[in-house]
Amino acid sequence: MTTDVPPAAGRGTVRRLAGTLHRRPRLRLALLLTGPLLWLSVLYLGSLAVLFVSAFWTTDSFTSQVVKVWSTDNFHALFTTPVYRQVVLRSVGVALAVTVLCAVIAFPLAFYTARVARPQRRPLLVVAILTPLWASYLVKVYAWRLILSEGGLADWMLAPFGLSGPGYGLPATVLTLTYLWLPYMVLPLHTALEQLPAGLLEASADLGARPGRTFRSVVLPMVLPSVAAGSVFTFSLSLGDYITVQIVGGKTQLIGNLVYSNIELNLPMAAALGTVPVAVIVLYLLAIRRTGALNSL
Amino acid sequence: MRLTRTLRSSAVCAAALLLAAACDSSGPGGTSATGLNPPDLKAPTKLGRTEGQVNLIAWAGYVEDGSNDPAANWVSGFEKRTGCRVRSKVAASSDEMVKLMKTGEYDAVSASGDASLRLIASGDAAPVNTDLVPHYRDVFSGLKNGAWNSVRGKMYGIPHGRGANLLMYDTAKVRPAPTSWSAVFDDAPRYKGHVTAYDSPIYIADAALYLKATRPELKIRDPYALDQKQFDAAVALLKRQNASVGEYWSDYLKEVSAFKSGDSVVGTTWQVIANLAASEGAKVKALVPKEGSTGWSDTWMVSAKAKHPNCAYKWLDWIVSPEVNAQVAEYFGEAPANSRACAETKDKNFCTVYHAADENYWKKIAFWNTPIEQCLDGRTDVRCVPYAKWVQAWTEIKG
Repeated sequence: MTTDVPPAAGRGTVRRLAGTLHRRPRLRLALLLTGPLLWLSVLYLGSLAVLFVSAFWTTDSFTSQVVKVWSTDNFHALFTTPVYRQVVLRSVGVALAVTVLCAVIAFPLAFYTARVARPQRRPLLVVAILTPLWASYLVKVYAWRLILSEGGLADWMLAPFGLSGPGYGLPATVLTLTYLWLPYMVLPLHTALEQLPAGLLEASADLGARPGRTFRSVVLPMVLPSVAAGSVFTFSLSLGDYITVQIVGGKTQLIGNLVYSNIELNLPMAAALGTVPVAVIVLYLLAIRRTGALNSL
Repeated sequence: MRLTRTLRSSAVCAAALLLAAACDSSGPGGTSATGLNPPDLKAPTKLGRTEGQVNLIAWAGYVEDGSNDPAANWVSGFEKRTGCRVRSKVAASSDEMVKLMKTGEYDAVSASGDASLRLIASGDAAPVNTDLVPHYRDVFSGLKNGAWNSVRGKMYGIPHGRGANLLMYDTAKVRPAPTSWSAVFDDAPRYKGHVTAYDSPIYIADAALYLKATRPELKIRDPYALDQKQFDAAVALLKRQNASVGEYWSDYLKEVSAFKSGDSVVGTTWQVIANLAASEGAKVKALVPKEGSTGWSDTWMVSAKAKHPNCAYKWLDWIVSPEVNAQVAEYFGEAPANSRACAETKDKNFCTVYHAADENYWKKIAFWNTPIEQCLDGRTDVRCVPYAKWVQAWTEIKG
């Protein structure tokens, strides 16, 4: 008998609470949004703001302690030192090259998985494309280090044609990053191509367009927003990467490596360097927004 | 364990500048050769009862209690023997070590050449009364009273171990066998794309060491004390070398794999990497070239604010006792500090391979030190290039 009492009381509390929440929609909303908003404003935007502000501080040249004195020296150095300019341009170039390569490779792949393959096999193929994402990043990059090493798989495969692999360096970095981020480009493309109404392709053919013309005038305009959406991933992930380039990049430095090498002794300079990818990505997103791609993310 | 030096390498000299500040207060006319003028702290004259606990800051692999590798455990024995419970904190860089020592919550630290001088200068590390560390007697004389662990004959810690930065080459591809660092500098174009170098600003000292021998007109005396002209010459040499470099290495595995595949055929290395590469089938040899070499040496220091100084002294004695010093050295891959440790190593050949007892070998090694504005070689008529500038230059060298 006595055991009945506590559950009943518990139910009462829950019911009262539910009643309160029901009567006060604002409280409901507040409880629902506090977590996400806190995350967004404090953890995300807050840390970005701190990054930006600390880029204007300086370090004491003797103690390497951060001194909170306002100065634009770091940004001045960023724009006037040739090596920084060079590295920034190189990083953006790598990110663009990876994005283009990903798009070129992903399109036929996604076209096959979305439209050519038998429908019951399509989910399986998508899973197959996703499997590399299950393996550890480091393992994959080290595998590429072995593939590209002297006398490695790449050299062995190209030997019959009298060629040799690219070795470690910038091309190796682009190649490895393309491999790493390819699934992020295939997925949105697959979705877009899958949703492409078959009727449109037939109509285009009925009107006398050859496959090339259909591709240019019908398919491409309809999947372009998805390419742009995928490129947001490939571009930003490539721009921020500094580990792949250490493993297969030979002596190449990218912007992430500069941040890493400055973080111990010159935190404000590292922060200034760190704002570069942020600025580049913001510009990139603004450009992408014009294509309407952000709606299909 | 293999990656332990990775982190420290990037940071090993990364801590220069506090020291410079401390030195600055003593003025450019500082009395000692190093320009160091540390606070006058007293070492204890006798030990009291142990406190039951000791807090340590160490490099990964220096304080092992069997949790990483059941075979590597020299903490349990210490706790049983002394009743001092060990709490250890692994530091990833010299900077972190110095920061942690400033909190006053730690009793002892295994500091590298750069951190040790900073700790001495700032008064965070106390001088050590070596009479209270019985095993200090057996430490190799080459490690006592070094520029990186003592000031004017007063020891500030107990040496732990040491290692040299060697020249490694592929015996099949590099012929004739090199005897000079010119293999990676003036002759580097012969192995274009296959030269490797250590990825840290402190590597500039390696170039300075080479210039010291090959360009006497620069009058380099200490590769860690370079005035602007000497520094520029070293940087120019490294920029020329960059054209031939295939990759810079900062961790064990990367260099081992590069030598195994033939992507690297000549460059700097550590003994432990050379052994590992050879054991995995790479045809490599490593040597100290005729110009000598740079190297590192670590020191256990006691905090000036230690709450458990007696346990800390017990630890200092324990870590350089022959059996334990042998275990640490073999686990980490460095030459032990205690001369009697060589009889205790599992691999009886260990000390020969690591040249532990070969003082002539170590005379050729310029141990890592902290470049500061006051020239460490005692010159007062010029200013030397401080470490922060080394970091900047390193970025530019790599381009």
